[in-house]
Amino acid sequence: MSVYLLRRLIQAAGVVLAMSIIVFVGVFAIGDPVEILISPDADQMERERAIAALGLDLPLWQQYLIFLGKAVQGDLGRSFVFNEPALELILQRMPATLELAFAATFGAILIGLPLGLYAGLKPNSLASKGIMAGSILGFSLPTFWVGLMLIMVFAVQLGWLPSTGRGETVEILGTRWSFLTWDGLTHLAMPALNLALFKISLVIRLTRAGVRETMLMDYVKFARAKGLSPFRVTFVHVFKNILIPVVTVTGLEFGSTIAFSVVTESIFAWPGMGKLIIDSINVLDRPVIVAYLMIVVLMFITINLVVDLMYSVLDPRVRLDSK
Amino acid sequence: MADTTNTSAPTLVAAQAAAPTLEVRNLQTHFFTRAGVVKAVNDVSFTIGRGKVLGLVGESGSGKTVTGFSIMKLIDPPGRIVGGSILFQGRDLATLSEEEMRTLRGNRIAMIFQDPMMTLNPVLRIDTQMIETVQAHEKVSDADARARARDALGMVGIPSPDERLKSYPHQFSGGMRQRVAIAIALLHRPDLIVADEPTTALDVTIQGQILAEVQKLCATTGTAMLWITHDLSVVAGLADDIAVMYAGRVVEYGDVGEVLDAPLHPYTHGLIGSVPSRNKRGVPLRQIPGMTPSLLNLPEGCSFRARCPRAAEDCIVMPTLHPWLPNRLARCHHPHLEEVESA
Ligand SMILES: Nc1ncnc2c1ncn2[C@@H]1O[C@H](COP(=O)(O)OP(=O)(O)OP(=O)(O)O)[C@@H](O)[C@H]1O
Ligand code: SF4
Ligand SMILES: [Mg+2]
Repeated sequence: MSVYLLRRLIQAAGVVLAMSIIVFVGVFAIGDPVEILISPDADQMERERAIAALGLDLPLWQQYLIFLGKAVQGDLGRSFVFNEPALELILQRMPATLELAFAATFGAILIGLPLGLYAGLKPNSLASKGIMAGSILGFSLPTFWVGLMLIMVFAVQLGWLPSTGRGETVEILGTRWSFLTWDGLTHLAMPALNLALFKISLVIRLTRAGVRETMLMDYVKFARAKGLSPFRVTFVHVFKNILIPVVTVTGLEFGSTIAFSVVTESIFAWPGMGKLIIDSINVLDRPVIVAYLMIVVLMFITINLVVDLMYSVLDPRVRLDSK
Repeated sequence: MADTTNTSAPTLVAAQAAAPTLEVRNLQTHFFTRAGVVKAVNDVSFTIGRGKVLGLVGESGSGKTVTGFSIMKLIDPPGRIVGGSILFQGRDLATLSEEEMRTLRGNRIAMIFQDPMMTLNPVLRIDTQMIETVQAHEKVSDADARARARDALGMVGIPSPDERLKSYPHQFSGGMRQRVAIAIALLHRPDLIVADEPTTALDVTIQGQILAEVQKLCATTGTAMLWITHDLSVVAGLADDIAVMYAGRVVEYGDVGEVLDAPLHPYTHGLIGSVPSRNKRGVPLRQIPGMTPSLLNLPEGCSFRARCPRAAEDCIVMPTLHPWLPNRLARCHHPHLEEVESA
């Protein structure tokens, strides 16, 4: 187990290093922030002083090494715009994004799992066909369009839900959370649903396919031959088996949920990392962009590791130390 | 055992005691597939008395497993029991509701499946899968159910059953898994066990152990057994009667010794060799030239016609399962009667 973990951590460090180079070079290629940051009236001397202060006069590899040296100490540079440490800027906004992503993931499981189970157990019923058709919509409608429609219906026409911001929040452990107040929850509902839409469809399809496949297995028939109640057969023998792919895939999807939250956060003015990165891209605030991408990479790696560990808990056949 | 539970209804007890444990009459189970109707079981009849073992043999695809599942009423769509009756202790299973049937399954009628690698749920521990079986039919505490599970594992020869209870199926070999499945079938000391090739996956010594155990059980508790197998040596040693299936039908039925010594039906004859001799006992099924007919599209008349060395013109009419000799039935117009006389 610990050997396995160590190997995974070394792999992770390699991935992070490779990603840092790609990100750094990629961001460098996007454009020169100097034009945006320095006022056009500044004279040549002022310009050069500003460029030197930002470290933009050095060759790229030198800039990278300086970045790397500081990054190892937890310093991912200062935002050109806010003149604050980039890492701090992002971490301040991370809880909002995490809250949104978790709400979307749990919502997707809460809605998708029962629907998928029903569609798998009664594949020929009208309701199941409706569920499956709905899931195709969930896959194919663009997030931003659905977001705008949600706002139009629930905020503008019906006036049931607020369309922007996090609402009232409660501070716990130094960070603010929306889901603990009623007002916060009403603010969270629409963006979370918007972000969850794709995942609901995914969970429905995974669950249905899993149920259909598992129902045909001999061990399910044997469970019935033992005289177990249909309830126990479905919710213990079948359910425990379909939980494995569902948890694995929704877990792995968590990273892309955070990435996709960029769109949802922009539409609903949700003050998370996604909104920050869009604003930073607009003004070519390099350190923030680099820091954001590095953090997303780190999150992806962590999620993968956690999912693998969870998988081994759910599926007794997978034993990590034997790999 | 069953006699003590119904003391308030003496007439019923009398009827049950008199009725054989299982009586299958003209069973028909068909699968309604896209390609057509697969007549997997087309006319199967047999009777198993208390404490008796019936060996059901026949080549692959002849409908043995489907017969077993029909008795459990575990035929799923597109399959359906379309005809005949299954009487368990005199009660027609067709008249029972699904819930009544559930209380019989695993309790009074248990089944051991053909493939031990697939019968246990891979994500549940052995104790979970055994305890739930006990508690599905009896109000027993977890500790008592666990003790019963442990005893059952011990009975089928699994060493250190207490520890093994905490294992998952993948930590067992195929033979061990089959023993666990057998132990599960024995948990409620059923009146009938449908055993679908239960010992095929086991090595010979263990097979012998388990067969002895099973025989003891049948003798002491009066459990009747339908033993499905390819292995004639097992049938010879274990069964009282034998039923031979071909293309969904019982083609020969009778006392196991007599049938193996001098088979009446040309198909049985081909299976165990043409020369009637006691030495032929214990020989595994022989390959017979030709192909099993498609169950989708059975030929007119006797299904064995295309492969039968004795086929004649009248074989175009389907023969009935006819009692040619006392307690010897065969579905054939030209049975090997001459060899019975010479034997
Ligand atoms: N679900 C199903 N749908 C369609 N046909 C089926 C189905 N289940 C079984 N059959 C058909 O029924 C026939 C009998 O199958 P069965 O499993 O009873 O054979 P068997 O005698 O047990 O063979 P084996 O010795 O290989 O186990 C086969 O031809 C099979 O194709
Ligand atoms: S009825 Fe005719 S074809 Fe069929 S087994 Fe008997 S002799 Fe052969
Ligand atoms: Mg079979």
